[in-house]
Amino acid sequence: MQAIKKFFKTFLLYELVKGMALTGRYFFARKITVQFPEEKTPQSFRFRGLHAQRRYANGEERCIGCKLCEAVCPALAIKIEVAEREDGTRRTTQYDIDLFKCIFCGFCEESCPVDAIVETRVLEYHGEKRGDLYYTKAMLLANGDKLEEQIAKDRAADAKYR
Amino acid sequence: MMELLQILEQTGQGLFGSAWLPVWTVVKILAIVLPIMGAVAYLTLAERWVIAWMQVRIGPNRVGYFGLLQPIADGVKLLFKEIIVPSSSNKALFVLAPIMALAPSLAAWAVVPFNDGMALSNVNAGLLYILALTSLSVYGIIIAGWASNSKYAFLGAVRSAAQIVSYEIAMGFALVCVLLASQSMNLGDIVNGQKGGYGLLNWYLIPLFPMFLVYVISGVAETNRAPFDMAEGESEIVAGFHVEYSGMAFALFFLAEYANMILVSFLTAIMFLGGWLSPVPFLPDSFIWLLAKVSFILFLFLWFRATFPRYRYDQLMRLGWKVFIPLTIVWVVVVAAWMQTPLWVW
Repeated sequence: MQAIKKFFKTFLLYELVKGMALTGRYFFARKITVQFPEEKTPQSFRFRGLHAQRRYANGEERCIGCKLCEAVCPALAIKIEVAEREDGTRRTTQYDIDLFKCIFCGFCEESCPVDAIVETRVLEYHGEKRGDLYYTKAMLLANGDKLEEQIAKDRAADAKYR
Repeated sequence: MMELLQILEQTGQGLFGSAWLPVWTVVKILAIVLPIMGAVAYLTLAERWVIAWMQVRIGPNRVGYFGLLQPIADGVKLLFKEIIVPSSSNKALFVLAPIMALAPSLAAWAVVPFNDGMALSNVNAGLLYILALTSLSVYGIIIAGWASNSKYAFLGAVRSAAQIVSYEIAMGFALVCVLLASQSMNLGDIVNGQKGGYGLLNWYLIPLFPMFLVYVISGVAETNRAPFDMAEGESEIVAGFHVEYSGMAFALFFLAEYANMILVSFLTAIMFLGGWLSPVPFLPDSFIWLLAKVSFILFLFLWFRATFPRYRYDQLMRLGWKVFIPLTIVWVVVVAAWMQTPLWVW
């Protein structure tokens, strides 16, 4: 009996038909494709995208040039030069992030004692010529100025988990 | 329709004189080949859609409305690409191979009837002609693999040759059953042999059901489609026989593959599904029925590709030699014996 059953199952392609029934069902399933420029997936407030440097509310830049981010960066993407400013504070004269090297691990943000370097939610950026994705201090600060509202909101949302 | 053709014939005769017959034949060839080319283009789009839907994606939808211009864009892209001829290849054969692949798959259409008496040439040995030409198309693949002078291409060609040889036999025996049942090798007569008062029940699908399965599966193997795409096997031998081809030469192989798919679908519809005959007695026979049947079988082709993983090579050979060939031989005997009894009503 078993043998006869197996014979018919084999010759009537039972298992193949079962497989086709499965794909046939999915033929009519709701499609999960997100059509990117028009539709976007939800982002976490911990999203690690393009970098930015923040300022305090009075306009003073946060970074104190401690070089912790440079030390922790696993891809060696950060380059910092430090000097004393006229008012006697320690400030960076150069703060560059090479986005080609960066792996977006978030360690720089994690290590920063004053929350100066952060990663924002921006993921749609591009460079049109060589050097466009080598972000200098001015570019990072400009990013921070532009996105401060969203950055502050995201840090606040994340604060209670820290 | 008939009067229109007659008027056309008379005016043509007046215009061209004795040159009318070749002119008229060329017109008829174009009327077959151009729609096939269009069908091939849109079959690639249909394939991408069907597979995408089965994988819960939406498929191409950017070029033109709903992506309807996608095949045109693909064609234009391939047309403008450079054809690279490897320096160590056999140049003449390298260029000849895509032509060898495409030509038989187009030539075979000469005997395919689209409606009662509507074939380019109403050959009495049409089935033999089809069998001969479909096996010829493997030479394109073998030559491509050999002329490329690349190990992947060569492996693909060897596999393809062995595969076609194995499945050709099963396919041939399946067709012998159709010959027995219809007592004719003329494709038009085969369809008319399936005529009767009961519509769908008169088709050879019913008495020859195992042969129908064998023919469809061998057809998939014959056209090198998944799950029998051993000759391509992108995950094993990169792209198999056409790994060295680019641009339009590459496109010709694809044209051949899809033209073969459509051809096998037409033949299946003609030999097992009653061609242009209506499945229910109260509806008229029409070309549209043939198109519907062909579309269904083509959909099956795409469905197979979306469902089944590729066969291992030894499994493929086992299926061909140890399952299909014995099965078809047995069924030939069964049908021949069956036809001697009064139980044969087809």
